[in-house]
Amino acid sequence: MAFSEGNLADHLGGLGYSEEQIELMDVATSFCRDKSPIDKVRKLMADERGYDPAVWQEIAELGWLGIAIPEAHGGVGLSMAEVAPIAEQMGRRLLTTPFASCTVAAQALLAAADEAQCGQWLPRIVAGEIATLALSEPHGDWTLAHVEAIGKASGDGYALSGTKQFVAYAKDAALVIATVNVDGQVRLALIERSAIADGALRREIIIDETRRTYELTLDGITIPASALLDAGRSTTALGQIELASALLQAAEMCGGTQSAIDYTLEYLKTRKQFGKLIGEYQALKHPITNAYVGYEKARSHMLSAAHNFGQQGVGEIAVRMAKASADKAYSFAADRAVQFHGGFGFTHDCDAGLYRRSAIWHASQFGDAAWHRAKLADLLF
Amino acid sequence: MATRPTAAELADYEAQADAWFRENTPKDPGFMLPLTFMEVSTDQQFEFLCNWQRKVYEAGYLGASWPTQYGGGGQHPDFQRVATKVMKKYDGPIMLNAIGIGWAGPLILDIGSEEEKKKYIKGMLSAEDIWCQGFSEPENGSDLGNAQLKAVRDGDEYVLNGSKIWTSLGDRAKYMILLARTSNEGPNKYAGLSFFLAPMHAPGIETRRIKKLTGEYGFVQCFFTDARISAECLMGSEGDGWQIAMKTLEYERGAKVNLAGGYFLKELDAMGVVELARESQRGGKPLLDDPVMKDRMVDFMMDIQALNLNNQRRRMGPLVQDRPMGLALMNKLARTEMIRELTEFSLAFQGTRGGYYVDDPCAVDNGYWHRSYLNSFSATIGGGTSEIQRNIIAEHVLGLPKGR
Repeated sequence: MAFSEGNLADHLGGLGYSEEQIELMDVATSFCRDKSPIDKVRKLMADERGYDPAVWQEIAELGWLGIAIPEAHGGVGLSMAEVAPIAEQMGRRLLTTPFASCTVAAQALLAAADEAQCGQWLPRIVAGEIATLALSEPHGDWTLAHVEAIGKASGDGYALSGTKQFVAYAKDAALVIATVNVDGQVRLALIERSAIADGALRREIIIDETRRTYELTLDGITIPASALLDAGRSTTALGQIELASALLQAAEMCGGTQSAIDYTLEYLKTRKQFGKLIGEYQALKHPITNAYVGYEKARSHMLSAAHNFGQQGVGEIAVRMAKASADKAYSFAADRAVQFHGGFGFTHDCDAGLYRRSAIWHASQFGDAAWHRAKLADLLF
Repeated sequence: MATRPTAAELADYEAQADAWFRENTPKDPGFMLPLTFMEVSTDQQFEFLCNWQRKVYEAGYLGASWPTQYGGGGQHPDFQRVATKVMKKYDGPIMLNAIGIGWAGPLILDIGSEEEKKKYIKGMLSAEDIWCQGFSEPENGSDLGNAQLKAVRDGDEYVLNGSKIWTSLGDRAKYMILLARTSNEGPNKYAGLSFFLAPMHAPGIETRRIKKLTGEYGFVQCFFTDARISAECLMGSEGDGWQIAMKTLEYERGAKVNLAGGYFLKELDAMGVVELARESQRGGKPLLDDPVMKDRMVDFMMDIQALNLNNQRRRMGPLVQDRPMGLALMNKLARTEMIRELTEFSLAFQGTRGGYYVDDPCAVDNGYWHRSYLNSFSATIGGGTSEIQRNIIAEHVLGLPKGR
């Protein structure tokens, strides 16, 4: 029986791409492959900083930190659609840097900061200074508006208190954008790194060993009143942060899924048991094919999310579908990658574990598949 | 070929077609109509659908772009595309003679002789001559190239012996496109195959109806016992059979060909499933208030949208660089499996009413969803099973070794 999805498609976004997007995809494909071979990924896992400053510098010089920042603020003046293919290639090569944090922090500033604040920070971000977000709290709720950290008026400014978790690359950051509750309202606060004592940061032990995050104790930190972003635009900014983060995650996850599948295929084509290549057995052949079908679906959703990002209504649906679909695809592909490598899959030396841990990490941040589906239900029905 | 129409000409034509289909598209006939050409069970259904196809043809909305000298309308294909779109808009019944106008017709127009064109084309458009297809055999399902039905030349005739199966409309067809073995010689199994436009009323051809999982009929097994057909029925030369059969399968896949128009399958409406869920109850409340049901429904909507996006993406070169054939080769698997799962899910909505079946006065939508689910297997099995599809993807897209 045939199937008509036309009337559904009318409510949802379609697909398209820009020339710039494809150019960036091509450049990012070779850049990430060359700069992030797997032995280097493993070397950086053991490194305190967690990324290579020289590669970070190159990323800044390529202009990638300013792609979705207007030219007036020193950026390239394109959109998140053009950032996504870069994130995809980074995810594919497990090239983890403060790239996503900086990109999303810039989007937060564009959504809620005034001209002076944008003028002060955006050019610095484009140049490679690190900006990051302090959103999560010990309650573990994905709802970004659930903020228990406090900003209390004190003299000319505000005294902060409470705990933030999973603040990516906070140690090297110049700017931390934190959500705090000020008189019952969620506000975004700009905290300069110089205002944060080293003792206020604790490196967290996280499932994805290629990343660095920190717990940030806000107690004792004060900020000037000018460091609070517009209260009226907080909700918009939180929405932008969530969707931009989910889009970049979906892109990274698609890249990771592709690698998890490719890595496993390589094994299925070389490993022999009972006199046969194990890839001949349908018990392995069919599930890896299912993983591949799931990957291509997730990638279509991701490209649609990139293309429709910023479209009122349609954009949010596309992004949530992309994240939910990428979570499902990545989790399945990486889970099977571990299993299909047999005994070797159980070792820390097998790269399947890197992808499995990466997928768990991404699911834990900004909502997993089920959470995004629940949001979609409200948007669709 | 006729010249491309202007936008104004097309708009005029569309207005005419719209008026015609609004006026003439049949209302509910009071008995169940087949969802596809593969499940025509009763004389009543058959006659109804023959009449409808003839009426559409006589109004000029079928075969509009086929040559006038053989019975077509001689117009530019854009006109037919518009007519088919309007037919769909009014949700008219299917065109019955699918094998005729969808496969045999394009084939004959493409490589047939002048005589064949004159003899066959008009009758297939008017539904006077129904066609069927004799490819699959009981022992050769997935392995079509191994077809064994024998055709032995005897003077001006061929003598046929063997059997064909899953022949839709086989008990009602006047002609069959037939793949038969004329030789066991040659470098491979394909070399001995030949292609015939065979009359079904020849003595020695018998059919037996096959009752389907749904309870409906629609296809048959055909037995050929010393059946004699004229040697003129051979298309091309002996040994061309495999090549011609593959060409025919391309028409089925909608390859660049001047199609007669219309559609042979009713489409399942994605939003129809949502509507069904909305009007279903759990604990006195709408089913879609149930978070578990809602979650599964979102999952299906995502899946449907993914296939829709895949279809757009497969034509966008830069977005399919790594495995250019992947999306095309997975389409059948992904689509048919999704429909199977979605229609299965639609049964769960119905609560106790899920126990009814087609034709019970209390069955939801007269059992449409049950019938759709059971029929969905025709697509996950026919045309290469899902298991074969996974092997194809694994071997041709992912480069995994063939099993030994």
